[in-house]
Amino acid sequence: MTEADLKAAIIECLAPIAPEADPARLDPEANIRESLDIDSYDFLQFLIALSRRLGIEVPEADYARLASMKGLLAYLGARLQFPEKN
Amino acid sequence: MNDRSLTYREAVREAIREALQRDPRVFLMGEDVGHYGGCFAVTRGLLEEFGPDRIRDTPLAESAFVGAGIGAALGGLRPIVEIMTCNFSLLAADQIMNTAATLLHMSGGQFNVPLVIRMATGGGKQLAAQHSHSLEGWYAHIPGLRILTPATITDARGMLGAALACPDPVLLFENQTLYNMEGTLPDPPPAVDLDSARIMRPGRHLSLLTYGASLWKCLAAAEQLATEGIEAEVVDLRTLRPLDDATLMDSVARTHRVLIVDEGWRSGGISAEISARIMEQRFYDLERPVARLCTAEVPIPYAQHLEEAALPQAGTIAATARTLVSTHD
Amino acid sequence: MIDFTMPSLGADMEAATLMAWKIAPGDTVHRGDVVAEVETDKGLIEIEVFHHGVVEELVAHIGQKLPVGAVLARLRETAPATTTPAPPAALPTTTPPAPVAAAPAPAPPADSPATSAASSTVPPAPAATHTRVSPLARKVAATLGIDLATVTGSGPGGAIERADVERAAAHAAAASASPQAADPASPATATTPAAAPDLSADHPDAATAMRRAIAAAVSKSNREIPHYHLATRIDMTRARAWLEAENARRPITDRLLPAAVLLAAVARALKDHPDLNAAWIGDSLVRRDAVHINFAIATRHGGLISPAVLDVQSKSVDAIMTALNDLIPRAKAGRLRSSELSEGTITVTSLGDLGVETVFGVIYPPQVALIGFGRLSEEPWAENGGLFVRPVIHATLAGDHRATDGRTGARFLESLNRLLQHPESL
Repeated sequence: MTEADLKAAIIECLAPIAPEADPARLDPEANIRESLDIDSYDFLQFLIALSRRLGIEVPEADYARLASMKGLLAYLGARLQFPEKN
Repeated sequence: MNDRSLTYREAVREAIREALQRDPRVFLMGEDVGHYGGCFAVTRGLLEEFGPDRIRDTPLAESAFVGAGIGAALGGLRPIVEIMTCNFSLLAADQIMNTAATLLHMSGGQFNVPLVIRMATGGGKQLAAQHSHSLEGWYAHIPGLRILTPATITDARGMLGAALACPDPVLLFENQTLYNMEGTLPDPPPAVDLDSARIMRPGRHLSLLTYGASLWKCLAAAEQLATEGIEAEVVDLRTLRPLDDATLMDSVARTHRVLIVDEGWRSGGISAEISARIMEQRFYDLERPVARLCTAEVPIPYAQHLEEAALPQAGTIAATARTLVSTHD
Repeated sequence: MIDFTMPSLGADMEAATLMAWKIAPGDTVHRGDVVAEVETDKGLIEIEVFHHGVVEELVAHIGQKLPVGAVLARLRETAPATTTPAPPAALPTTTPPAPVAAAPAPAPPADSPATSAASSTVPPAPAATHTRVSPLARKVAATLGIDLATVTGSGPGGAIERADVERAAAHAAAASASPQAADPASPATATTPAAAPDLSADHPDAATAMRRAIAAAVSKSNREIPHYHLATRIDMTRARAWLEAENARRPITDRLLPAAVLLAAVARALKDHPDLNAAWIGDSLVRRDAVHINFAIATRHGGLISPAVLDVQSKSVDAIMTALNDLIPRAKAGRLRSSELSEGTITVTSLGDLGVETVFGVIYPPQVALIGFGRLSEEPWAENGGLFVRPVIHATLAGDHRATDGRTGARFLESLNRLLQHPESL
């Protein structure tokens, strides 16, 4: 999976949660929860969608690393390259 | 601060005397206010104290001397005009309504008319129809006027000064049955406002909205009702124009039941206006239809028993109040 | 014959538009069944029926805008449910989703019109005549969700007055506690959000309408309720550790949000402080047995909607999370059920997601308290002469001072604190 594919997958998972926003135009450094107005419930739904889409379950302890698009790409990219055992 | 005892008449006289002492622009004119001392003896002694330039007896010509008062006010003076009873004010109705109340508007805001007219109102003294009517509610119809109905010693003492400070025409209605009423007044007398109604007795079961002499009848009725477990709130309107909607509506919102007591006639009177405002603003807080107790729609009779029957009394107020709180099974 | 009328879904609701019927004439309905969908300022709401009976006639038409109290349908009451609270067996506890429009099959013979005369052992309900109701009583009834047809008037000519409505409300509150506890939360999931259009999103005015509805509610609150506010800091070390441990061993779909723990703690604490789980009606406090917590949820249309998580007093933390998983997406999609909007007994608002430290809330009338939670953040914490860094949450209580005093609120917050120190027992 290329980084572009991964980004497309992330955007796909964000779409139903923030339908009126355009995640493609996100500042990669911005905190997505703030810029897309995502509450903790929706953030969990986003992670559930990601786990279904990518097969990666993010432990709660790692939530902080997923704050921005940049963080998401780095974290999920690394997990995809070196899959951990579930 | 010491309280002292005095009559309503003395309170009004003190207010006039203080106004004359404080402001050289103030003068008093009217029928028999000087040598005779006032038809209700309110102005007794003032001619001797202030002289004929400032205490002026006028001919029996209301239109002329009210008109003169308007001219004096326009010219920079602060006239107090006394009309013997409000019935005779009709002879000056053109001056009051077409001139005093309209000039500010018609001059595009150039000319205020700082005129104060005092008049006696109300029945109960066997003075017959032409001296006993209550026309304050009627005058409250007119934009441009401020209508005051002092019912307490404090207001009798305080309202005149506040009225003189008002840049526009003010009509003060002194109920003639109150002149002999005695009460206490703090010394120095407290300042009063001309905008607010006052809750004279709090209660939670119904609101008695009233003014003038009926205030004391309502308070007596409330006292009687309290012995029966009915807590009536008594509100003194104090000013009929402008009406203090906020205080009235707050009371309605608390009690949900209203009796308006008004010595004017029912049809088209101030009680009708208040009732309409309650419908407009507090309909959904009402438990019962708004009730009114007004003077019977007849010229006030001369005969004592008929006059008593024509006017609202403490007994009829209490009886009407009971029907508002009773339950039926 | 019973008139099934447009319920009030909150003090601020005046009217709603009928969008769909879930019943047809001849259907048998039970208390709690979803029978219709209406569109309000707060989105599409599923309306539940409060009687057992057979649908005689659908009076209102799809698309019709109807004021609160307007007759939607007429039901013929069936005998068993009339007076006593129905036994659990009569409730649709195990039945699948409430009867929907797709199943207009004639009801069992016993309920058919031909035999309805046989059920005339039931005292006939009074004919639908114009009832005299004072404006105040009408308003109070709408606020409390009381059907005026069930109220006996004591005023002139039998007019219904406030006291009559309050008596009926007290009866209803007493009677409703037990059958409701048996109500499953699951039927709510029966309707899929995809099946119906998301009207609130389609309506450009929806946000404005919701703003107006909120404006009306909070204005009433600030006008009529003398609030007192209390705040305390709660050490969340144990609660957070417990949550982390729980979530670490759960698949992501089963994870718990802190809100579930906080709601559980609030419900447990209310057990010891029932005066806060109540309504102020007229001049008196009416306690509620069931704890239905209005939980503030941000919608994507700029508003905040606070549907109730029902019967939290009898739900485990997991069950509360399940309820939230059901409720939150429906709230965001504008698809709530009438009971979720009208039966709340207390409100919890948690603005921690937005980074807010402390919430000073406005009570939702006629409730008498609102609990606020700020964000969970690390703060210096002095204890036993030492200074520590601890995860801390600021908990607040807005109380109706007519109903309770600060002492009650303070004791509640202390109970809340104590309960959150033992999250495993919640």
